[in-house]
Amino acid sequence: MEQRNVDLSPAELLPILPGHNSPGRFERVLRAGKFAVTTELAPPDSADPAQVYERASVFDGYVDAINATDGSGANCHMSSIAVCGLLTRAGYSPIMQISCRDRNRIAIQGEVLGASAMGVSNILCLTGDGVQAGDHPQAKPVFDLDCMSLLALATQMRDEKRFESGRKLDQPPAVFLGAAANPFAPPFDWRPLRLAKKIAAGAQFIQTQYCFDIELLQNYMRRVRELGLHRQVYILVGVGTLASARTATWIRNNVPGVHIPDSVIQRLSGAKDQRAEGVNICVDLIQQIREIEGVHGCHIMAYRQEQTVPEIVERSGILKERRATPNTRTRVTRPT
Amino acid sequence: MYRLRLWSVKRARWLEVFYSYFEKLIVWLHPLWKAIGYHRLEKPFASSERLVKGMLFDCQMCGQCALSSTGMSCPMNCPKSLRNGPCGGVRSNGNCEVIADMPCVWVQAWEGSQKMANGSAIQHVQNAVDYRLKNQSSWLRIAQQHNQKAIED
Repeated sequence: MEQRNVDLSPAELLPILPGHNSPGRFERVLRAGKFAVTTELAPPDSADPAQVYERASVFDGYVDAINATDGSGANCHMSSIAVCGLLTRAGYSPIMQISCRDRNRIAIQGEVLGASAMGVSNILCLTGDGVQAGDHPQAKPVFDLDCMSLLALATQMRDEKRFESGRKLDQPPAVFLGAAANPFAPPFDWRPLRLAKKIAAGAQFIQTQYCFDIELLQNYMRRVRELGLHRQVYILVGVGTLASARTATWIRNNVPGVHIPDSVIQRLSGAKDQRAEGVNICVDLIQQIREIEGVHGCHIMAYRQEQTVPEIVERSGILKERRATPNTRTRVTRPT
Repeated sequence: MYRLRLWSVKRARWLEVFYSYFEKLIVWLHPLWKAIGYHRLEKPFASSERLVKGMLFDCQMCGQCALSSTGMSCPMNCPKSLRNGPCGGVRSNGNCEVIADMPCVWVQAWEGSQKMANGSAIQHVQNAVDYRLKNQSSWLRIAQQHNQKAIED
């Protein structure tokens, strides 16, 4: 057999600063008080790693971290842990999404350790969409944990150095833990308190569902500030581009939890170039969002329109003088 | 059985009062349960609990009842088995993402908790379900745990 040299420290990790939990740059950016920018990578329906690198390279120099989705919309794709493993090898800073839909607590705890071992510094704890939403509605929904017990368990593994069973870990996972929030779904008066509950369970950063309704977000953030939660967690508001009024209507009717007001659809349908108007709407929203007190960044989800992300970041001016992601390499290499 | 389930949530305050007395009674009767033997009581207790709570709450017999922290709306009826609040998929009419014509279990729970004296218990983080306890009586466990605690204290 041919001997291979295996690089045991593929990810570019930093020393963990006092008061920090992870060796990643994403946590540093937030704790330094910068307006953070994250985006989402759609994992390929392929066993070819080159496709992952191709998709990631679009974001080079424009984002602080890249979310690797975990069977989003209950559709089957390359696993999030594999995508993250590939990304860290090339020096990217991924946020690994874990959904409770497909694995029980034995598998999930193993993945938290495995991910950290491969240099993943950030984990987003999600419940996950129901199987009925995706391409395998005949599958068994697992939901052994929910997002809250998953957060509590990951926090316990990191801080108390033990599995749920109580068994000790030799080395705990050095991870920065996040959760999702949807300020745009009922019951509206509970949503801010639910955020408080996620913080109590261990959430350190939040990425919200798509925001297309600035008024709802403002109401939510007002309550969040009253509760003092914006000082306990970093909130990144989700934004996205809509390709056309037709897509927007389809998303509104078929994607669970996405709220798109009529005014946005009207603005799209009234435009000559709907795709360009979708980008304009996104830029406008980001500029309004960054003015809201207590918002610490934005999470740009541009499914199948990933090439618009650099333009959105440039035009909204969110990076200012900061040239983003010192840790994403511009050179995309396939590891040997 | 949706209708009865919704009836129970509307009467969350009344059920809370009833439960607090009922719990005291069960705990107080510990010497009796002990004399008969907890293991002998497990089956009849579980059966009656399944019957009563099944009717009132569509109870799924998880064996670790959280009704007093969930506005008297059984969280195990959530298609995602959420124990800590609603997912982000709740429809604008307050219905479930998965079962479109069912009111979200957690929207109901929130309304129920607002009627209860100790409604803020809904903010407690519930640990993951212990699946070994499924189909066992949570009433008997309460009696046993309370008395064990009393002994330890």
